Amino acid sequence: MEKIDKTDKMTVPGGRYSPASLFSGFIKKISKAHKTYGVEWWIMIAGIAIVLFMIFMAFFPYLLAPFGPENQSTGPQLAAPSAAHPFGTDNLQRDVLSRVIYGSRTILGVAFAAAFLSSIIGIPLGLISGYAGGIFDRILSLIMDSIYSFPGLILAIAFAAMLGPGVINITLAVSVIYIPTYFRLVRGQVLTLKEELYVEAARSIGAGDSSILFKYIFPNVIATVAIVFSLNIADAIMTEAALSYIGLGLPAGIPDWGMDISIGKSFLPSGVWWMITFPGLAIILLALGFTMLGEGLSEILNPRLLEK
Amino acid sequence: MKGLLRYAITRILLTIPMLFILLTIVFLVLRVMPGDPVSAMLGAHAPEKVIEQKKEELGLNKPIIVQYVNYLGQLARFDLGNSMVLKQRVSKPILEKLPATIELTLWGLFFTLLIGIPLGAYAANKRRTGRDFTIRLYGNIAYCIPVYWMGLMLQLIFGVWLKWLPVSGRTNPRMLSSAFSKTGFYLIDTLLAGNIRAFGDVAVHLLLPSLTLGIVLSGIFVRLTRANMLDVLKSDYILAARARGVSEKLVVYKHGLKNAFIPILTMLGLQFAMLLAGAVLTETTFSWPGMGRLLMERIYLRDYPTVQGVIVVFALMVSVISLLVDLLYAAIDPRVKY
Amino acid sequence: MEQPILEVKNLSIDYPISIGTVEAVRDVSFSLKEGESLGFVGESGCGKSTLGLSLLQLLRPPGQIVAGEMYYYGKDLLKMKAEEVRKLRGNNIAMVFQNPLTSLDPLYSIEDQFFETLKEHEPKITREEAAERAGKVLEDLSIDKDRLYEYPHQLSGGMRQRIMIGLGLILDPDLLIADEPTTSLDVIVEAGFIDLLARLKKEYNISLILISHNLGLVAEIADRIAVMYGGKLMEVGNAEDIFARPMHPYTEGLIGCVPNIKMDQEKLVSMPGSPPDLVNPPSGCRFSPRCPKVMDICTEKEPPLKTHKDGRQVACWLHDEAN
Repeated sequence: MEKIDKTDKMTVPGGRYSPASLFSGFIKKISKAHKTYGVEWWIMIAGIAIVLFMIFMAFFPYLLAPFGPENQSTGPQLAAPSAAHPFGTDNLQRDVLSRVIYGSRTILGVAFAAAFLSSIIGIPLGLISGYAGGIFDRILSLIMDSIYSFPGLILAIAFAAMLGPGVINITLAVSVIYIPTYFRLVRGQVLTLKEELYVEAARSIGAGDSSILFKYIFPNVIATVAIVFSLNIADAIMTEAALSYIGLGLPAGIPDWGMDISIGKSFLPSGVWWMITFPGLAIILLALGFTMLGEGLSEILNPRLLEK
Repeated sequence: MKGLLRYAITRILLTIPMLFILLTIVFLVLRVMPGDPVSAMLGAHAPEKVIEQKKEELGLNKPIIVQYVNYLGQLARFDLGNSMVLKQRVSKPILEKLPATIELTLWGLFFTLLIGIPLGAYAANKRRTGRDFTIRLYGNIAYCIPVYWMGLMLQLIFGVWLKWLPVSGRTNPRMLSSAFSKTGFYLIDTLLAGNIRAFGDVAVHLLLPSLTLGIVLSGIFVRLTRANMLDVLKSDYILAARARGVSEKLVVYKHGLKNAFIPILTMLGLQFAMLLAGAVLTETTFSWPGMGRLLMERIYLRDYPTVQGVIVVFALMVSVISLLVDLLYAAIDPRVKY
Repeated sequence: MEQPILEVKNLSIDYPISIGTVEAVRDVSFSLKEGESLGFVGESGCGKSTLGLSLLQLLRPPGQIVAGEMYYYGKDLLKMKAEEVRKLRGNNIAMVFQNPLTSLDPLYSIEDQFFETLKEHEPKITREEAAERAGKVLEDLSIDKDRLYEYPHQLSGGMRQRIMIGLGLILDPDLLIADEPTTSLDVIVEAGFIDLLARLKKEYNISLILISHNLGLVAEIADRIAVMYGGKLMEVGNAEDIFARPMHPYTEGLIGCVPNIKMDQEKLVSMPGSPPDLVNPPSGCRFSPRCPKVMDICTEKEPPLKTHKDGRQVACWLHDEAN
């Protein structure tokens, strides 16, 4: 089928692709962007820097932390920040700085896993639903819209309460509430792309549904998914921290920022500010990093997405 | 007017499937997910016999379809069942706590809009200046602040260090009086009772929690308002109004903000969900006796019917709000009521 | 000689963007006598709309006037305070835009937009007075008075465009700037609209600046025509003269593009090439890369706008020696 091949090349904004070429296209677009987008570029770079630093912290906490996270003999109890304990110590004489550093593992792990899980469920559902249309699409959309309209955290609380504490359970609870995010996004894009000329062209030369879906539509959705994935991790971070703050997330013994804040809460009336302040700042910084990364990406890859 | 009425009826009918789906999801989460509620509630080590008995009591030993029909039937009769732990109807604590949550949420919304919309509009009007970037940075950071952390920080500053404001509850315990019994909305109750001291006390207690919600959620509204304002300020009717000699203030705030407010309003329903989620966390942080705190308490008490009831009421609230938002939207935009 | 209603001298407008500066308008001078109508013609992107907006200081950021002077009855427009300029808009100089469908605020009734316009210039006016005056203007535009209380979405495109004109005329200005007023109207409505414009011009005794890409349309109503290309004036002269005897090759090209009923459909001409990149404008004459009569000098030196004996101005080396 010589002919089809030719048409293929003619009609391609993303028709022929390989993951490698897609990726290099991304990088090209992004690295060119710093000329056109002054501030957005720096926002994205700052976001990347924060994220990379936090990831490094999560992988090699022992390189940075002066003490172990559960070490209960690091110094005096409830000591204010000092040279020996820059973030102070907690009620069990643990070093707050070390706990913050080790805590990045839990929150990053859960947030990444949850965002990944919801995306691998939400994206295919959105692709199929948007492409197939009809009654199936309408019902699925109604369901997803309903979940989307429900306060995510409350749904996650219900899940977590039923599943009980544990790293895997909290990941599941967080991931469920973000499936509609991906579904709605991908479905919306598919609906637009379906009408594009090059898709029509592919259909008219007899390309099958699955090849249209994965060869022509999916590659064009990826850029948007990358943006939303980054923003979604920021949300997942907030949700994980919230769940563990109210005591539904993790069993004791795992260093976690949200949980540390809830422990610190009892000592707040006596003026112990450091047990709360630092884990909280860490959550803000991490979420901010992913938000900035996502927003920078979106300005560059898809300027109109966030305005909606 | 006729058009608006017809629109309202259609919209109300459309709420039904959404509510139905939400209720089904609640059912699925609480009953079909791995691990049945009774063992989750009583703990894995409860004796078999006790678990069976509880299941029987709650109708959980019946086939899932029967349970589902019973569940919907009960809800259709506005019956939320009986508590598993305390000798009370589930609706009793809910009706007691609901006003507290609504009061907190509405004031939170008030502060959210009060901070978010002017800042966003101002940033859009001054786009690409230092002030614009400062406001955008504020918006991004505010969005990333955990609401409970914000609450704790405000408690630390205004309660612990400055000792200006109370940090927990809806009133001073010594204030407890007949002044609060009418509607459950303490601000209204104290006004009705003409008790100014109690009113002041309630207002002071309300300030920090609602300000907490307001600050955190204003982040989204700064962003929303700014983006929509930018779009609107680019539009032709803004230019045309300027060309007619309409003053800058009217152009930006009469034409610009009102038009920008419409897309913001359509998203208000979704933002309200975030507000409710934020309220749950704020209530736990400020010992605010509302629905969120009730939910958490009953989760710890393993009072499964009450947990279910609270979540059902949240679902109801979400549906009602999204209905109200759409009706408000129709009232503002002349294009809707054909 | 009486004072011109509008005089523009050596106007230049820039849009600084991240990859450089768009030289949207360069060194444009013209003047407009009372009661005269002047048409600006050129392809899209040649700076004519920017020019129109700059007269009311309505340039969208980052556009800015970088050089030149503008006088309205001898008053320096660029030295006016913002509030003075605002009062001038609508009251003395009114402007009508190309998108009637989007140029009315959808959230306010027609009556409200008339009232607002009047109120901003005559603070003491009452709602009733405003409605009465608006009603009169609408009658002149053959629109039913009752339409006043409708919302923009309830009106047709042609009607909205007439209302835009009405909003422009309500304060009885001396000068009306119409920027592509017919682009989004269909041909029949367009023809009626041009007649209307000509009639109103007489009745309200206004001067007119008409901006359009359509030379034929401009010729129907304008006394004089200014042809713009790449932000510069190429040729200025009486409408009939320009049509009968174009001097600039670009004008010739534009005339060739005007569809003619006698012409064979298949011969419908369009000019090859596209308007220049105004960030890096071509050296020499800006039209030289597309000019069918290009000479060596054209790519080296920019031709000045020279005035010929009948008052015609041309910027082209072809006509330089003839002077």
